[in-house]
Amino acid sequence: MVKVEGLDKLLAEHPFFKDMDEDSRKTLAGCARNERFDAGDYVAHEGKPAERFYFIRTGTVALEFHIPGQDGLVIETLHDGEVFGWSWMVEPYEWAYDIRAVELTRVISLEATCLRKKLKKDNALGFELYSRFVPVMAKRLNSARQQLTDMYGKS
Amino acid sequence: MVAKPKLDAMTPRPFTILTRRQELADTFTIQLAPADGGANIQFAPGQFNMLYAFGVGEVPISISGDPAQPDKLVHTIRDVGAVTDALSKLNKGAQVGVRGPFGSAWPVEDAEGSDVVIVAGGIGLAPLRPAIEHVLANRAKYGRFVILYGARNPADVLYMKQLQAWRGRLDTFVDVTVDSAGRDWSGNVGVVTRLIGRANFDPHHTKVFVCGPEIMMRFTIKELNALGVAKDDIYVSMERNMKCAIGHCGHCQFGGHFICKDGPVFPYARIESLLQVRGL
Repeated sequence: MVKVEGLDKLLAEHPFFKDMDEDSRKTLAGCARNERFDAGDYVAHEGKPAERFYFIRTGTVALEFHIPGQDGLVIETLHDGEVFGWSWMVEPYEWAYDIRAVELTRVISLEATCLRKKLKKDNALGFELYSRFVPVMAKRLNSARQQLTDMYGKS
Repeated sequence: MVAKPKLDAMTPRPFTILTRRQELADTFTIQLAPADGGANIQFAPGQFNMLYAFGVGEVPISISGDPAQPDKLVHTIRDVGAVTDALSKLNKGAQVGVRGPFGSAWPVEDAEGSDVVIVAGGIGLAPLRPAIEHVLANRAKYGRFVILYGARNPADVLYMKQLQAWRGRLDTFVDVTVDSAGRDWSGNVGVVTRLIGRANFDPHHTKVFVCGPEIMMRFTIKELNALGVAKDDIYVSMERNMKCAIGHCGHCQFGGHFICKDGPVFPYARIESLLQVRGL
């Protein structure tokens, strides 16, 4: 069993938690788990409950859409220091796509129900966490829009 | 030193296709030698030639070979129009007309002592390959060397084997991404701008050379600026409808510049305001 103090230290090392105060981090660490996925393992499947969200310590995951009759279509890869799984924040709390480990990937995950309960009690922590999530989501949205431009197309 | 076009810059010189290689479904590379047996063209990284498909027309094509091997005049061409389509149908032994070299060059000498970051999109890797070859041939003169490349999908990755070879060097960081891929692709998926933050170069001591469609260059510059790279340290290769290639006809006018003569390589700071003008 990994101790909460150990998880707090791992959270502190992740860029997402940079400069977060220790108390807040320790509160979040109470919902945390240290996990690893081997290459090819699925972390999540489209439509399944989004019960955790993830902070990549090392490794790479692919965000995939399942296309009937075909292999998955990879739409994005995420790497060391990135986060995935914000479906935990948005009802109906279901994964929007499949997540597959491309290589050995070490993550810290936070349990969504535990987290939602804590954030309801501690609005300041909720604001802190959402303030960190919004720029990540904005960056991803921006990247997705750039992809829509077909920017390497024939000029 | 940028090679200057000769006085008879409007007269194409016949060249013979020595080799032809299909790179991608719509992109091929030809190697040319002068049909008259004379010396081949000396060029600087980033310059271009006007290639003439006899009876069809001329197009500006960047030189994509190694500047240290001027005997191998190499052009990588995407088949997108009547002239490039005619060029695509020519085989080994056929002749084309060549004028050049023209235009400005990547400032590879000014970049000595700095980190060098190459950001290429699609066929934009071709005009940058001479600069990459130059840096690799003079590797000790530069700091960290980064090559970032984006393509639509794995089948559209240009110079795949060469990218792998560059990545295999211990002194060069190469990262490639595609917009979408199947599960058999083990590389990055996402836009090329997302590679920039992970490339680990010193933004305050870096020269960045960017080439690709204009929209890709705009997104790239935005990301570089956010990271702290000065506008003066960013160079872009512009593309417009070049015809005469010596600044006479005005077809490639871009604000107060002619792309063929003042470019195609520009310091970003010099053309920044023009890139904001809609429809220019």
